[in-house]
Amino acid sequence: MNSTSKELYFAMLRIRMVEEKIAELYSEQEMRCPVHLSIGQEAVAVGVCEHLDQKDIVMSAHRAHAHYLAKGGDLKSMIAELYGKSTGCAMGKGGSMHLVDLNSGFFAAVPIVGSTIPISVGVAWAFKLKKSTNIVAVFLGDGATEEGVFFESLDFASLKNVPILFVCENNFYSVYSQLNVRQSPDRKLSVLAESHGIKSYTGDGNNVDQVSELTKKAIEHIKNNNSPAFIELDTFRWLEHCGPNEDDNLGYRKKGELDQWVKKDPISSYMAKIVKNHELTELEIIEKIEALTTEIDEAFNFAKESPFPDQSLLNQHIYKD
Amino acid sequence: MRELNYAKAINEAIDFCLKEDHSVLVIGLGVPDPKGIFGTTTGLQDKYGSDRVMDMPLAENGMTGVIIGASLNGYRPILTHQRVEFALLSIEQIVDQAAKWFYMNAGQQNVPIVIRLIIGRGWGQGAQHSQSLESWFAHIPGLKVVMPANAYDAKGLLISSVEDNNPVIFIEHRWLHNTIDYVPDEGYRIPIGKAKVVRKGSDISIIAHSYMVLESIKCSEVLASQGISIEVVDLRSISPLDAKTILNSVSKTKRLIVADNGWVNFGVSAEIISIVTENIFEKMLCAPERIGMNNSPSPSTRALANNFYPRSINIAKIACKMLNKSIDLEVLFPKSDLPEDIPDPAFNGPF
Repeated sequence: MNSTSKELYFAMLRIRMVEEKIAELYSEQEMRCPVHLSIGQEAVAVGVCEHLDQKDIVMSAHRAHAHYLAKGGDLKSMIAELYGKSTGCAMGKGGSMHLVDLNSGFFAAVPIVGSTIPISVGVAWAFKLKKSTNIVAVFLGDGATEEGVFFESLDFASLKNVPILFVCENNFYSVYSQLNVRQSPDRKLSVLAESHGIKSYTGDGNNVDQVSELTKKAIEHIKNNNSPAFIELDTFRWLEHCGPNEDDNLGYRKKGELDQWVKKDPISSYMAKIVKNHELTELEIIEKIEALTTEIDEAFNFAKESPFPDQSLLNQHIYKD
Repeated sequence: MRELNYAKAINEAIDFCLKEDHSVLVIGLGVPDPKGIFGTTTGLQDKYGSDRVMDMPLAENGMTGVIIGASLNGYRPILTHQRVEFALLSIEQIVDQAAKWFYMNAGQQNVPIVIRLIIGRGWGQGAQHSQSLESWFAHIPGLKVVMPANAYDAKGLLISSVEDNNPVIFIEHRWLHNTIDYVPDEGYRIPIGKAKVVRKGSDISIIAHSYMVLESIKCSEVLASQGISIEVVDLRSISPLDAKTILNSVSKTKRLIVADNGWVNFGVSAEIISIVTENIFEKMLCAPERIGMNNSPSPSTRALANNFYPRSINIAKIACKMLNKSIDLEVLFPKSDLPEDIPDPAFNGPF
């Protein structure tokens, strides 16, 4: 709730370092599932989740690692899941695209774009029916706003005054397809939400302070008005849509576009700012990187050393008794 | 013994579930309207309030997601669509999300939802109000598919479906809503996945589900007068399928006809014949046969639709051929005074 600048920075750095490690080790071909890395987009996850209570619920889509970690999802379980091990957060049945950590309130992520939006609305609606004060935050991308189910969800959330925060990470690309081949330039996402009677905010998704501030306002709106809210945050994915590599050589993005966004790196720019403001020292950074390296190495070792699930698991969990 | 029609039995089952369990919610387009989904939801909103019994936007996929979400957070919603075809808009949520959720998260979160779908025939329903798509749903691991053929089973199976911890597709045939059966006042449960021998016989087994059970019973009653003894098995549940009851019956009669409620290609009848031939092929006296909807979309005009939907006489023709009996079936199954596009004299359209 009241994270210091330092804590925000460390939270983003942790996600970055985890995903860089995934990218580094992916070529070993032991993490045999699709991975959609969030490198470049960490500020959204951190700035939003710092305002969520443990019992508040988060759901996400295919690019979910940052959201899972920012919400407090267990690191070892996540890495073990990527390795398909029995110690994974879904015992290896889900993979990177189906992360879950109920203890930390991370309900689910699914790779069918847009599909967790109505499910999140349903979870939030249940909170309202139970007269709980908890809320749900659902992360979605610009592509998801093209799905019909997005509109269906906005309508129902508004109709029933559901306590949900829609967080749209607009990274301008759906796989290789640019926004301008998918949406009219006159289409404004925040206006779409507003037209459903949903309070909307827009901001810089690479500026964690701004993300945090908008989220705080949005959640106040949800709680004070018993009404949903929508935030659109511009950001950018640095690596390929799916996988550990850079792919700017493919030429689907404008020349120089990636470089511009890398200059606006949410993590290094924030670090420079708070070091300058004397909120963080270089020694603290070095110590933190050391500690994170140890934590991450331990998580990967844990995953690698964990056993694969027993064959009996193939036919478990199809139906619940 | 109290008699009740199928629609009222459904209504009583929902009423029972709402009363017994405060987590049960009833949602669907038209649920609280004056027609109350053919009477199946009439009066429930007045009794339980609009927070628990409610109408919904025309957003089948979104609302399926919403009820999945509510089920993850403590509720047991029942969603109703007035025709199976409307649920096709929500196939993504049903097939990708509801069916797989429990498996994908390795048993940490289950999805206890019921989706009621209504299917029909006759009265010019046409291509998009007459399909019987149970095999689509039964194909998917993680879904249960239930299709009661009488009011007694409808009440007991719906209560079991709501209390089940998994997504259940509950399919009602519009032509069954007015049928009457003995239905106890109190709540009771019929287990999902258990078929029932509804008529005992020794010459041929007819395996049927939903409305085709009625046509099969009629066929067996008429042929009994000709010394032909037919056993009728009502599947009641399509998934899980009760292979044991099917195999027991066919092991005894050694002849099989499947009266499919839908199209036969890749359908329920294909599955049943596979199970029988895989398991007791050597016991069979002749090849199994099947009958179902004509392999075309359903035409609206009754002139053509009468040859689209199978009836008891069509099943009887197969039975006689199977037994090498030459019987004048046109005499045994005289054309009824009732038009063929309605189930009973009370039915006067339009839906």
